[in-house]
Amino acid sequence: MAFTGFFLITFLIVHAGINSCIFLNDNGKTFNIVGRFMSHNWIVRFLELGLFAGLIVHIIQGLMLWRQNVAARPVKYYSNKPEKNSTWYSRSMGLLGTLLLIFLVIHLAHFYVGTKVALYAHHDAPHNLYAEMHEVFQQWWVVAIYLLGIVALFWHLMHGFQSAFQSLGVNNKKFIPIINAAGIGYTVIICLAFALMPIAFHFGWITYTPEVVPAIPVH
Amino acid sequence: MEHYNMNLTLKVWKQKNSKAKGGFETYQVKNISSEMSFLEMFDVLNEQLIEENKEPIAFDHDCREGICGMCSMYINGQAHGPWQQNTTCQLHMRAFKDGDTIVVEPWRSRAFPVIKDLVVDRTSFDRIIQAGGYISVNTGNAVDANALPIDKKDADAAFMAAACIGCGACVATCKNGSAMLFTSAKVSQLALLPQGAPERETRVLNMVAQMDKEGFGNCTNTYACEAECPKGISVSNIARMNREFLSAELNSEE
Repeated sequence: MAFTGFFLITFLIVHAGINSCIFLNDNGKTFNIVGRFMSHNWIVRFLELGLFAGLIVHIIQGLMLWRQNVAARPVKYYSNKPEKNSTWYSRSMGLLGTLLLIFLVIHLAHFYVGTKVALYAHHDAPHNLYAEMHEVFQQWWVVAIYLLGIVALFWHLMHGFQSAFQSLGVNNKKFIPIINAAGIGYTVIICLAFALMPIAFHFGWITYTPEVVPAIPVH
Repeated sequence: MEHYNMNLTLKVWKQKNSKAKGGFETYQVKNISSEMSFLEMFDVLNEQLIEENKEPIAFDHDCREGICGMCSMYINGQAHGPWQQNTTCQLHMRAFKDGDTIVVEPWRSRAFPVIKDLVVDRTSFDRIIQAGGYISVNTGNAVDANALPIDKKDADAAFMAAACIGCGACVATCKNGSAMLFTSAKVSQLALLPQGAPERETRVLNMVAQMDKEGFGNCTNTYACEAECPKGISVSNIARMNREFLSAELNSEE
């Protein structure tokens, strides 16, 4: 869980960093250039396979943990007060992960599938991902789903970040305050960046003008 | 602290044997002193049951000083009851008010099957210890106590880990029924000291393997174990065991 978790934590930095190019509000110019690099560079394509593998292994490990942990207590407590000894989100990683998976399916359907169809089915047809984001986030319910997904991500990371360090044996008086602070900082920054994207498009803080678009550079 | 007496309703798990299907029974106890320990309150109840020609409730206890690790009740949804760093025998009735209803259950874990009522079989812990929780020593006279220099910091950390009384509250309270806190305390205690060095790697591998074999769950780092541990064993021991395990795995050629 920890190894794949770290891998996914690293991916989120790249993902949030690249997507933050939309905040330049240059009608998607920079974002589309970086997006095109990410979808065409063969090293990135290769790493993408690793990302999917990491995600699938993370899910399988989670399911195995869940199955073994349920089996470890065949008779449940009649009276139990877990809130006295642990945080709700540390106990709800499976639920939060499931919500994230549902969100991921929606998310990939929105942005990943379209990019791939343009790339492979339509022989590398011009594809303006920035325009697509702008369009998708005009619907309020899409924005709502994205914000819910980010809330699930927030709590998943709040536990997952420091938990991954603990699983790999990094926990002592010297390191734990640093790790905890870094975990909270990372989680807040990543989730805030992601949450601002649909909000900024929806409320017109960043704009898109179709006429001006020469968004796809010639290769 | 002011002394008072109380009447209580107790909802206690009764189970004839490991095969039988158990269930809750409700009892009333009267005039319980706030100065009594929780087990003394159970003694009063059992005396009452014996007088009524009923079968007393079976529960584990030994030293009643909070150091042996025998008592093991899940009281009102918490291992060893509502107080922090405290065993059931050291839980005093001043933790409760007149008229309270108290639910008492045995530890719930596949690796701790109920023997009778509130008594569970914790020999799975013994088998984890047998798998590697020991050191090899030469026979003959005992070595002089200070012959082997040990860093004060390591000695203290080993002592803190050795405070584990093996009561099983960590397993009982863990949402996954994991025995990582117990096993890691026992691994840490020996890994920190030079006496534990010869079996250091086989110890952690064998104890973890035995722990998994016993059917305990997996650690998901909720840290409920540390919060409920009567001896305040730190989850940094779990991190240490994870380190020991990783390094032993990397060195292992089997």
